[in-house]
Amino acid sequence: MIVAEKKPMEEIIEEVKRFENILVLGCNECVTVCEAGGKKEVGVLASALRMFFLKQGRKMRIDERTLERQCDPEYLEEIRDVADGYDAVVSLACGVGVQFTAEHYPNLPVYPGVDTCFMGVTEARGMWTERCQGCGRCILASTGGICPVARCAKRLFNGPCGGSSDGKCEIGKDTVCAWQLIIDRLRALGRMEEYERIAPIKDWSTDRAGGPRKIVREDLAP
Amino acid sequence: MRLSYPADIRIVRVPCTGKVDLIHILRAFEKGADGVSVVGCMEGDCHYNSGNFRAKKRVAQARQILDTVGIGADRVQMYNLSSSEGPRFARFAEEMAEKIRALGPNPVRAAANQMENQTGGGR
Repeated sequence: MIVAEKKPMEEIIEEVKRFENILVLGCNECVTVCEAGGKKEVGVLASALRMFFLKQGRKMRIDERTLERQCDPEYLEEIRDVADGYDAVVSLACGVGVQFTAEHYPNLPVYPGVDTCFMGVTEARGMWTERCQGCGRCILASTGGICPVARCAKRLFNGPCGGSSDGKCEIGKDTVCAWQLIIDRLRALGRMEEYERIAPIKDWSTDRAGGPRKIVREDLAP
Repeated sequence: MRLSYPADIRIVRVPCTGKVDLIHILRAFEKGADGVSVVGCMEGDCHYNSGNFRAKKRVAQARQILDTVGIGADRVQMYNLSSSEGPRFARFAEEMAEKIRALGPNPVRAAANQMENQTGGGR
């Protein structure tokens, strides 16, 4: 999932204070799971904003709505009939949703209510960690299912480096050495010969280095 | 026991304080409550193991938000007692009521009333 964190309320207040009619728009997907921008968080933020502005003596309309997704046009269309009634939207979706909402409603200012962080997993309740950087050419087959692009600080393909000690990375004691994990797993799977194979230079053109990316599927396109 | 405690407290019964969500506390203030106390079981004595600890965290979050919006963190308080401690409940109720009286009415409700008087209509 895409993992996001709630933005400080002060920051959101600062962005929207000049408007009168605001829609706080949540997303039912990733940000709901990581408890940053789902229906619950929409309720809390909207309630807090209403109280804040009321106390300032300002009569504002702050409504709540949560869409199934903000990254697909059909769900964004669900607010078409009410969008005109608002001066601004605070989107609690990830950066993708914020932008797509803005693209769909060109005359409506859209502000982010969360900081989008990474693609990751729920490792434990309240703890999310990164697993994928979307490099566009998956190499997990040769690394025992552990990604050195996302999890090795140096993105090494033939690791580990000299900074690995006791299974930890030199950048911090809390960071596991991805190559330690890879070796441990390959050994457990009886596939250590794969570790001996030198990985070729990676083609980074499918990563962000090649500019914004796009996929067109002729078989699906209308 | 026939204990008396302040009459201006409204009790909302929940199966466990773990059921109390952040939004419940905020809505109470939005609807005009002057203060909210969450009264849970003793720490370590939760029938569901962690319900009162969850409530404790949510009360802490509510306090932070109430400070940000200008209502003030002190209007929310978590108390812990055992279910047989009636006198202790009455004492907590007294304490909370006194504290809230000293703080005065909910500033959001006061602002809303003032705006209503100025415009002469409902919100």
